[in-house]
Amino acid sequence: MPMIEFKNVQKYYNNFHALKDINLTINDGETVVLIGPSGSGKSTLIRTINGLEDIQSGQLIVNGYDLLDKKTDINKIRKDVGMVFQHFNLYANKTILENIMLAPKIVLHREDEENKRIAMELLEKVGLASQANKYPSQLSGGQQQRIAIARSLAMKPKCLLFDEPTSALDPEMIGDVLKVMKEIAEDSSMTMVVVTHEMGFAREVANRVVFMDQGTILEDDSTEAFFKHPKNERASQFLNKIISHED
Amino acid sequence: MIEIFQNYGSDLLYGFGQTILCSVIALFFALILGSIFAILEVMPNKLLQKISKIYIEIFRNIPLLVITMIFYVVVPMYFVKISGFVAGTIGLTLYSSAFIAETVRAGILSVDKGQMEGALSNGLTFKQSMRYIVLPQAFKYVIPPLGNQFVNLIKNSSILAFVAGFDLMYEGNVIAADSLKSISTYMCIGVLYLIITLPLSYYMQHLERKLS
Ligand SMILES: Nc1ncnc2c1ncn2[C@@H]1O[C@H](COP(=O)(O)OP(=O)(O)O)[C@@H](O)[C@H]1O
Ligand SMILES: [Mg+2]
Repeated sequence: MPMIEFKNVQKYYNNFHALKDINLTINDGETVVLIGPSGSGKSTLIRTINGLEDIQSGQLIVNGYDLLDKKTDINKIRKDVGMVFQHFNLYANKTILENIMLAPKIVLHREDEENKRIAMELLEKVGLASQANKYPSQLSGGQQQRIAIARSLAMKPKCLLFDEPTSALDPEMIGDVLKVMKEIAEDSSMTMVVVTHEMGFAREVANRVVFMDQGTILEDDSTEAFFKHPKNERASQFLNKIISHED
Repeated sequence: MIEIFQNYGSDLLYGFGQTILCSVIALFFALILGSIFAILEVMPNKLLQKISKIYIEIFRNIPLLVITMIFYVVVPMYFVKISGFVAGTIGLTLYSSAFIAETVRAGILSVDKGQMEGALSNGLTFKQSMRYIVLPQAFKYVIPPLGNQFVNLIKNSSILAFVAGFDLMYEGNVIAADSLKSISTYMCIGVLYLIITLPLSYYMQHLERKLS
């Protein structure tokens, strides 16, 4: 079953053609890593999936809902599709625990007791239970990002979107975040779309790698095939560049 | 000055009361109206944005006296008879609400865009995101400029004097004419305005410090 289906999707920012004829299907439970140079449209693409950016034509179906259909209630999609951002976007006016409990309380109407129990379990899972009553600004970037992941998980989503979740982090923080993401990916029912430059993570966790450049998908391949030998010339150059950069 | 207070104490007190009453009513409704139009202006809906923009531009760019006169003169001609106090309070409310809307809108826009995006992708509706996440944070930014708006509003309530609203300014004019002591009368009036505005200014500054 496809969780996300792009068919001939076009996206413009005014006159700028940001997504050009995107065709992409992501199935239930798949983990797809999206890579490409800066400005290639990775953020734009991933943000269309939960309606943070609108599209102008084509068809985009997410979790059975058609995003271009005026009758579609976008909040129904967002309930089941979480998102983790480069800059965390934790609620600055709420404590860590409140960050995690807010949406389940007011969107899912989860009982207080159960809500708190689930929130604490998630905090244990990301290794930050002791920080429950602090505010986001009191935590390091890596900690904030793990809280952001826990906040998304509290909604029990079917699908999680990650837009460069480790790009704003100090190198020593990256490992902890990737570890949490790997654990999520191991849950075979979770669909994940991850924009990242962490090739180690991609190699280990992704089912597929999608390469984008200038608003177009140039390659969509199994992880194994992609890393063995990218078919597209520019994908190959890009891969060489970031891998040599990593060493 | 003391003489003025002794001879016209009850008139001054009445005017003082009317000024406070008008200010409190106008402040209450201007804050509500201003916040509503500010939120409409940042909503994704283009039509609502336009409506609120027009409202704000109209009331911000017409002199308060003209708005008040419309309510004092024109409305009674075609609709219902209203007193100078009511006309002045309505005029003051609409006029101030436009400035408050601009202030609140600026506050909302100064909250990092990521806060709204985080809330929306967490499953909250636009309304819930505003209510639980964006507005409480905007509040902090809005307090200092809003304090200025409040003080302006109180000073602007002297518009009531033009439409026989029996406020402090109106009483001042009457007393000045009656006592022939304009200088000390208007000094008394000035002091009475300070008694209202200074504590408010200080309170807002205190609130600002407490929030930061
Ligand atoms: N809100 C916007 N308005 C106009 N242009 C935008 C906007 N967001 C992104 N773009 C442009 O769209 C292109 C793709 O951007 P983005 O999706 O952020 O790329 P990436 O995430 O791959 O770095 C870039 O050229 C960028 O300048
Ligand atoms: Mg990006």
